[in-house]
Amino acid sequence: MDFELSPEQKLILETVRRFVREEIEPLEADLDPDASELPPHHRERLVAMTKELGFYGLDIPEEYGGPGIDLVTRTLMAFEMAQHRAGLYAPCYGVFGGAGLAQLYEADDGQKERYLYPVLRGEKRGFFALTEPSGGSDPARAIRTTAVRDGDDWILDGEKTFISGADKADFGIVFARTDPELGRKGITCFLVDTDMPGFRVRRIVHTLRSTHYAAELEFNRVRVPGRNVLGEVNQGFAIANDRLSRNRIPYAAGCVGVALKAQEMAIAYAKTRKTFGDYLSTRQAVQWMIVDNEIDLRTARALTLEAAARADAGKPFRTEAAICKLVASEGASRVVDRAMQIHGGYGMTKDLPLERWYRELRIRRVGEGPNEIQRLIVARDVIGGSFH
Amino acid sequence: MTGVRLAKPWLDLDEAVIAALPGQLGVYEIADAKGATLELGFAGGRSRFGLRSAIAEAAAKHQAAARFRYEVTMQYWSRFEELLAVYLADHGELPPGNADRGDRRVGRIAATGG
Ligand SMILES: Cc1cc2nc3c(=O)[nH]c(=O)nc-3n(C[C@H](O)[C@H](O)[C@H](O)COP(=O)(O)OP(=O)(O)OC[C@H]3O[C@@H](n4cnc5c(N)ncnc54)[C@H](O)[C@@H]3O)c2cc1C
Repeated sequence: MDFELSPEQKLILETVRRFVREEIEPLEADLDPDASELPPHHRERLVAMTKELGFYGLDIPEEYGGPGIDLVTRTLMAFEMAQHRAGLYAPCYGVFGGAGLAQLYEADDGQKERYLYPVLRGEKRGFFALTEPSGGSDPARAIRTTAVRDGDDWILDGEKTFISGADKADFGIVFARTDPELGRKGITCFLVDTDMPGFRVRRIVHTLRSTHYAAELEFNRVRVPGRNVLGEVNQGFAIANDRLSRNRIPYAAGCVGVALKAQEMAIAYAKTRKTFGDYLSTRQAVQWMIVDNEIDLRTARALTLEAAARADAGKPFRTEAAICKLVASEGASRVVDRAMQIHGGYGMTKDLPLERWYRELRIRRVGEGPNEIQRLIVARDVIGGSFH
Repeated sequence: MTGVRLAKPWLDLDEAVIAALPGQLGVYEIADAKGATLELGFAGGRSRFGLRSAIAEAAAKHQAAARFRYEVTMQYWSRFEELLAVYLADHGELPPGNADRGDRRVGRIAATGG
């Protein structure tokens, strides 16, 4: 596959790179090392800049007002946008705008008015609730939250766990079992407002990722109107799966981005730090760490771009998305680990972003479908059959 | 599962007690003599001496500050947000020292249980 950059792509990437280095990185010197939000005045100023550049709302489809940039270019931009301390989970602190939850584009007109457009205007926030205490890898079997019809409404009962951003959200996309006999064909997707009686955020689940944390939810006879069914009754699983596949490409791109920055830091440090009378960069043990980093990086970068190119071309990309997600999350974890080793004691400190990336990358091997499940998807596709 | 509230013993805000605090990262609550919360806060990765310096600096901002409690945690950011959310659920408003959040949202957590 040919990934020679066009002159336009080169210009875009240079602009994004300069933006990250000149506008984002300097602000991080004053922020808490775990921060993932900018002070409001900086945020407003930088949003105005990305709007001026024509890059705001990058992932919003063109027909909804997005800039209409192809996925390969957006993936290349995502590599750049992640190259700062908060870059893995809060690339550029969100000043390029979000696209909202992908499922909302499948919503009917009334739902779009009530949920999608307010999200795009920055007035509402949503969460995505698939995982339950009974498991997240195999939601088709694990979902125990039920929705039972009551007149025109549905009554939801159950629990969800590890749901990111739920405590600050206005609504959620919630998957519940509507037909216990039908397995994956018995799951429906609901739009649940967080002020509906019976909805409760029980607690925050504290993990390695201190910001953008997840929460535990309870649904106790939550009455959801029939007009809040997203898509068709009993077809919710397909909606969940579609989002998960698509999300794996930007998810991988974020991993590649922080790893690129870690490698840049490792090389710079190895060229300036002396031990036993010479630079670390002259030691073969250190050189090989840098070489292994480069191999991990180039592999992850190429596979991520391949998945994006297939999606752009309208070809099936489920296998490629699974491969890039697992290669990028595992490869980036190794790159950051080696970069920390090269930095010695400083690599462990909160003075440098490496320790944050190290913690957050660990989550990337479990989130958006654990890597074992990515291997399972690839195995199904290359071997055939439907084993699990 | 740990409780969502900061269930730690109150300590007097005096110099010797503060000097003996750990330099670790974590969250804290500062209150007046009657126990009314003045501020919830955290000692983050940029604090000079962790909880020790962060609590001393926060206490100096409140004339009525008389006591405090703290919890050591590396997940200081999510724990701090949780404490704010629980306080808001309990009292309907934030402590005076946290009232100025700009447009940053505080989470909503059900205020039942520990
Ligand atoms: C910080 C954080 C944020 C999250 N945010 C969200 C969110 O917003 N919304 C949401 O719905 N979920 C979210 N999750 C949940 C996440 O998607 C799940 O943790 C994940 O899907 C795994 O589910 P589980 O934890 O129940 O593990 P399980 O499904 O119990 O699996 C346990 C382990 O076994 C492995 N495994 C499972 N099946 C197989 C198999 N057949 N072969 C080999 N190995 C197998 C898995 O890979 C995993 O490592 C989040 C998780 C975290 C940590």
